[in-house]
Amino acid sequence: MKVSLEEVTKVFDGGVTALDALSLEIQDGEFFALLGPSGCGKTTLLRTIAGLETASSGSLRIGDRDVTRVPPGARDVAMVFQDYALFPHMTVADNIAYPLRIKKVGRAERRAKAAATGEGLSLGGLMERRPAQLSGGQQQRVALARAMAAQPTVFLLDEPLSNLDARLRLEARTFLKKLQHDLGVTTVFVTHDQAEALALADRIAVMESGRIRQLGTPREVFQRPANVFVAGFIGSTPMNLLAGECVPGDGETATSWGHQIDVAGVRLPVPEDIVTELTPGDKVIVGIRPEYLTESEDGIKGTVEIVENLGTTSLVTLTTTGPSVQLTVPEGREPEPGATLHVTPAPGRLLVYRADDGELIDAP
Amino acid sequence: MAHQTAQRSLAGDVPGGGDRRQGLAFVVPALLLVTVFLILPALWTLYLGLTDYRLTGVQAAHPKVVGTANYTHALGDKDFRDALGRTLLFVLGSAIIGQNVLGFLLAWTLRSARRWARALVETLVLLAWILPGVVVAWLWIAFLKDQGGTLNAILHTPGRDWWFDHPMGSLIVFNVWRGTAFSMMLFTAALSSVPPSQLESARLAGASGWQQLRDVVLPGIRGHILTNTLLISLWTFNDFTPYLITKGEPHGASAVLPVYIYLTALPGERLGFASAISLIMLVINLLLALAYIRILRRRA
Ligand SMILES: Nc1ncnc2c1ncn2[C@@H]1O[C@H](COP(=O)(O)OP(=O)(O)O)[C@@H](O)[C@H]1O
Ligand SMILES: [Mg+2]
Repeated sequence: MKVSLEEVTKVFDGGVTALDALSLEIQDGEFFALLGPSGCGKTTLLRTIAGLETASSGSLRIGDRDVTRVPPGARDVAMVFQDYALFPHMTVADNIAYPLRIKKVGRAERRAKAAATGEGLSLGGLMERRPAQLSGGQQQRVALARAMAAQPTVFLLDEPLSNLDARLRLEARTFLKKLQHDLGVTTVFVTHDQAEALALADRIAVMESGRIRQLGTPREVFQRPANVFVAGFIGSTPMNLLAGECVPGDGETATSWGHQIDVAGVRLPVPEDIVTELTPGDKVIVGIRPEYLTESEDGIKGTVEIVENLGTTSLVTLTTTGPSVQLTVPEGREPEPGATLHVTPAPGRLLVYRADDGELIDAP
Repeated sequence: MAHQTAQRSLAGDVPGGGDRRQGLAFVVPALLLVTVFLILPALWTLYLGLTDYRLTGVQAAHPKVVGTANYTHALGDKDFRDALGRTLLFVLGSAIIGQNVLGFLLAWTLRSARRWARALVETLVLLAWILPGVVVAWLWIAFLKDQGGTLNAILHTPGRDWWFDHPMGSLIVFNVWRGTAFSMMLFTAALSSVPPSQLESARLAGASGWQQLRDVVLPGIRGHILTNTLLISLWTFNDFTPYLITKGEPHGASAVLPVYIYLTALPGERLGFASAISLIMLVINLLLALAYIRILRRRA
């Protein structure tokens, strides 16, 4: 089912504004990620959809029903908590069947449904165990099974993978994506891990201080971060954000409008599609991912300071006359520390942000 | 090397290189105190219980050993059995049901109350708990008095003698008032140990308040409930404050065991018999504690 929020604000008793007039529409069947740094209001947003928090103002609809004031038990949503919140004194089977028991489903049917759901999540042999006798990954699957058992219209997952160790997390990630795909239930999940959001979600809302800073598919969010906040947050290696200024072209490399961007003394061409948006004297921030910087004859000159091995690539940190710059180089091409390097952005990969508000300068 | 190790272990593990004897020297004073103040009186009670010792008269000077006569007499004695019955009623009504349930309800409702309301209730309840027994006794005598009592003034029932008409009922109400603080505090701590996410999971499944209590809270704090029940049962079982209020009146109708023992021993002067009852009481205490430990073990 569709979930729509309109101007939802949540102010806690202490005066903290956790959600700030937030509007959002999540499509039916979508796998939707709420991404942002700790404390930005992701959990609060999820709990507001669940009904565990009541919006201070604004409205919330699930499907066509206004549920702003509907208690959690009547919203037909299920949530998997970060700590899984399994009932320690109940067996796995009883845990999974609990929502059905509350809905007064008969014992036999309840057990059959729990068994079937458990089977689907490879919990077959564990049905009579207690949660304490399960591994983290198994506990998580029990929590998922309990959420699925009552066949809710919306799934809410709060940091579903954060309590698993690194290897298991990757497995569970793949599993979760397949599960969501098979069930086709609208699913909203919270994460502070951008890689997780990029890997799992159909669409991502990147949040900061109770607001959505960008809403888009993983590709959009990764390739064209709408502002320097998102740019700095997305990507496993942080994007280079370099202060610069628009200057009149020096003729030789000038494009039709003749402007260039001066970054630490180096002239970079203004991307074709936004040349009309810049005038000389404009302060800008240039964003370029380490993956899209390549070695070249001229360009930004720097001295290799640190080389970090990332496996198939290495992350190289250069000291320049301005801020330091990072780029990745392929396996076997690592420079020696102390070497001098010139780097230049790959064509079409340069993003330009306005220095005053940090917003991306887009084609008109 | 090996020789040295053997020597060291012979000398014991006393820090600073001392030996067993030195360690013993530290324990002896404590052992002496325990012997003098706990074990000797207990043995003395055991001995007295086997005699016909009295406070005055021939048996005071030359008590005779009567063997288990006191015990068999006590178990067959109607007064003793009545006192025991009253005590069980007192424990069941005021502790196991009264303090437990009220303490839990207070802790449960105060959870979501405003901070000042919680502080106020906690202070009032604690006050009842920390006031000296004598003060509390006097307060309740005044509260339930037939002439000029506060309750009669409130209910417009002048001259009604609550202590006389309902001695056990009044005692139970009194003890609930007096002892609920402990249960409330213990349950407050217990409730804070129940993860909120478990309650919220139940809420999301549509569980009502009662269902959340039944399925999440009570199973989660079973150990606390057990501990609390044992402690308040023992305290109530041994509580002597009723004597300060009713002295067992009217006609022993409010004489719970400790009061009955006291009345038998001092005004009644039958020390041997009273000692025998004391020992029976001690055994009941022990049985309660053992039952509790067994239940706790079974849980683990
Ligand atoms: N129950 C609460 N009472 C008061 N403030 C809260 C409460 N829950 C969360 N907050 C505050 O709201 C903000 C958002 O919190 P949260 O939604 O948990 O962030 P996130 O999940 O993104 O880390 C934080 O500043 C947090 O301190
Ligand atoms: Mg959170």
